[in-house]
Amino acid sequence: MSAREPLPEAQAEDRGLLRFLTCGSVDDGKSTLIGRLLYDNKSILADTLHAIERTSRKRGLDVVDLSLLTDGLQAEREQGITIDVAYRYFSTGTRKYIIADAPGHEQYTRNMVTAASTADLAVILVDARKGVLTQTRRHSYIAHLVGIPHLVVAVNKMDLVDYSREIFDRIRQDYLRFAASLGIHDVRFIPLSALNGDMVVVRGGRLDWYDGPTLMEVLESAAAAHSESPEPFRFPVQFICRPRTAEHHDFRGYMGRIESGEIAIGDEVQVLPSGRRTRVRNICLLERSLPLAASERSVTLLLEDEVDISRGDMIVKAGEPPRMAKQIEAMVCWLAAVPLEPGRKYVVRHTTRETKALVAAIEYRQDINGMQRVAGGRLEMNEIGSVTFKLAQPLFVDPYRENRATGAFILIDEATNNTVGAGMIV
Amino acid sequence: MDTRVTPHATIAARLDHLDWLEAEAIHILREVAGQCGNPVLLFSGGKDSVCLLRLAEKAFRPGRFPFPLLHVDTGHNYPEVTAFRDKRAAELGERLIVRAVADSIARGTVVLKTSNESRNKHQSVTLLEAIAEFAFDACIGGARRDEEKARAKERVFSFRDDFGQWDPKNQRPELWDLYNARIHPGENIRAFPISNWTELDVWQYIAREGLELPSIYFAHSRPVVRRNGALVPVTALTPPRDGEPVEQLSVRFRTVGDITCTAPVESAADKVEKIIAETAVTTLTERGATRLDDQTSEASMEQRKKEGYF
Repeated sequence: MSAREPLPEAQAEDRGLLRFLTCGSVDDGKSTLIGRLLYDNKSILADTLHAIERTSRKRGLDVVDLSLLTDGLQAEREQGITIDVAYRYFSTGTRKYIIADAPGHEQYTRNMVTAASTADLAVILVDARKGVLTQTRRHSYIAHLVGIPHLVVAVNKMDLVDYSREIFDRIRQDYLRFAASLGIHDVRFIPLSALNGDMVVVRGGRLDWYDGPTLMEVLESAAAAHSESPEPFRFPVQFICRPRTAEHHDFRGYMGRIESGEIAIGDEVQVLPSGRRTRVRNICLLERSLPLAASERSVTLLLEDEVDISRGDMIVKAGEPPRMAKQIEAMVCWLAAVPLEPGRKYVVRHTTRETKALVAAIEYRQDINGMQRVAGGRLEMNEIGSVTFKLAQPLFVDPYRENRATGAFILIDEATNNTVGAGMIV
Repeated sequence: MDTRVTPHATIAARLDHLDWLEAEAIHILREVAGQCGNPVLLFSGGKDSVCLLRLAEKAFRPGRFPFPLLHVDTGHNYPEVTAFRDKRAAELGERLIVRAVADSIARGTVVLKTSNESRNKHQSVTLLEAIAEFAFDACIGGARRDEEKARAKERVFSFRDDFGQWDPKNQRPELWDLYNARIHPGENIRAFPISNWTELDVWQYIAREGLELPSIYFAHSRPVVRRNGALVPVTALTPPRDGEPVEQLSVRFRTVGDITCTAPVESAADKVEKIIAETAVTTLTERGATRLDDQTSEASMEQRKKEGYF
C-alpha cells in the first residue's frame, strides 16, 4: 500500500469541499466504484485493507473485493439489505469529499432523497450490459427534483462489453432522450470500469477512444453549489447572544449561518416578519471581524439599531425579500409508514422556524417509474407528490429551484416526533 | 456540462474545507442550543472534544456556553489528561461536571468481572445515570463518522430511547440541514457537530487554531510492551505479562481513553505539524492502531452503541 502525499496545513490552493451522491442498484458496481475511489486516492488504510483481504479470501476470491469496504452494519449483514445512507470521506490534497452512499433497493426513494438533499453532484451508475433502466430514470428524476446541480452518468462494467464505444454511445443517446423530457440538461457521461480502475482515478489503457475527463477529474473541477450564480442574502436567526456582562453590557448578537448570498458591513437589511430596516454594524466570528461574509459561513451579526429579533426570524437584504407565505405548494417525498392524507396536521420545520401545517390537498402523485402524474388520494411511504399546505404562521420562502435552503422543509409527526416528510416548495 | 469553477464575485469570501467544516459544526451547536432545553457537552480532554470547545467558543462567545461540560471519568485516565481537562474548563470559565464510573461500581449499577478490566464499556451506565440525574435532553459529543464502520450511518442528531439505546433501524431521516431534536421526556438526543471530520481534519484544525492538547498526544518516552501487534503502555493497571520484554520507546497517543484499552503508536512527532505529516501518510486507522477493545469483534462498536455507548 503506497503512502499518501503529505498534506501540509497551509495548502497553496484549498478547493474546499464537495459533497456527492452515488446511486445505482445492487449489481451496478456502486460499492466497487466507491471502493475504487477510496483505494486509488490512497484513502484506505492498511488495517482496513487487511480485513477485506481476509474476507475476500474467506469467500474464495482471487482479487480483493473493494465492495467490502462499504459493507454495512451487522444488522444489515444479517438481513442482507442496506438500511441506510452511509457517509464516506476522502481527500485529494486540494479538495475534501463527502460521499453519500444511497442504497439502491430497499426504501430507495427515502434514502436517495436524504442523500441527495446535501449533494452538489450525483454519480448515477449504469451497467453497460443493461443500459438505461427504469431504475436509472428513477434516480435521475429524484436527483433532478432535489436540485442537484451536476449529474454524472457513469457507464460502468465497460470491461464486460469489450470497452465498446458503440455501446457507450447508444446508452448516452438513450439517456439524453429521456433526460430532456425531465428537463435535465447538465449531464456528463463517463465510460469506466470500477473493477479494473479505468477512467475512475487513472485513465487506464483500454478506453483510448474516450477523450473526456476521468470521474476524478470531474469531481475535482465541479463547482460547489453556491458558487455558480448570485443569490439573495438569507440569514435565518438561530440564536440570540445577550451576555449582559459588565464587559459586554449592550452586546446583542444575532447568530446563524448564511444560507445563501453574501453580506457586508454597512449593508441595509430587513428583518422578517417585523419588516424593520437597519444596517449591519459588524460581522463577527469569535474575535475576528469580517468585512464581508458569504453563503455557508456561520457568523454573528450586529445591527445598527436595537431591533426585536428572535430565533426563527430571518434577516435579508433590503429590497430582495423572500415570499411571506401562509399557504405553500410543494413536492413532498413521504418517509413514514403512516400515509399523508388531506386534513392531517403536522409540524413543519423550515430554516430555523417551526409552525403547524394542515394538508389542504394532494394535487397529484408522481409515478416515478412511468413518469406520469396520478390523481390525488394519499401519499404512501417512498411516494412523491404535489401537496398544498395551509400554515398556522407565515414562513419566508423562495422556490426550491432558486434556493435549496429557503425552499426546503421537513414535516414532523407531533405524536411520535418522527420526521415523516421532506418538502420542496414550488 | 461546464465543470470549470465560475470565479465567485468575492474569492476572498470562499470557504476552504476547514472553514466549511467549522461553519457546519457551529450551525449544529447552535441548533442544539436553539432546540433543546437542557443540553450538555461531553468533554474528556481528548483532541476531538478540544475541537468541540473551540467550536463552542466560536458559536456562543461573547456569551457563556448554553450548556455545562460533562466528563464521565472511568478512573483509568492518564493524569495528564484529567489535569488538562480541569485546566481547560477553568480557563473557559464554564461549569464542568464529573461523574465517575467508580461511583456506579459503589452503587452496584456497574459490576466488574475483574478489578483491572477495561471500564470503557461501563461508561455507558454512568453516562445514563448522569443524564437522569440532571435531566439532560441532549448530549453533544465529538464522535466522527470516519472512526468506525458503525458510525458511517450515524445521524448528526441521533435519537436514543428511554433506555439510551441506539436503534439503527429507527433513526430519523435527516435532510438538508434541518435537524429534528423533538423528543418525549426521558428520551435523549446525541448530537455530533464534527460528524463529517476526519482525523486529519481534526489535526489540521488544531494546528490552524493553535489549540493546546494534553502532553501525551505528542512524542514522549514511555515503557511499553508489544502485544498482538499493538504497543501496550506499562502502567500499574497494565503490567507486563510474564516473559514480555519491556522497551522504552518514543511514542504518542492518537486517542486518549481508558488506560487499559488505549495504545500509543511509535512516533517522534513532538509538534502538531509533524503529527499532521504522519497522519497524512499513516497506514492504520485511528481505532485499528490504538484501540485494544475494538478488535474483539467486527461489530463491537455497533453492539456498544446499541447499549447506550457514546
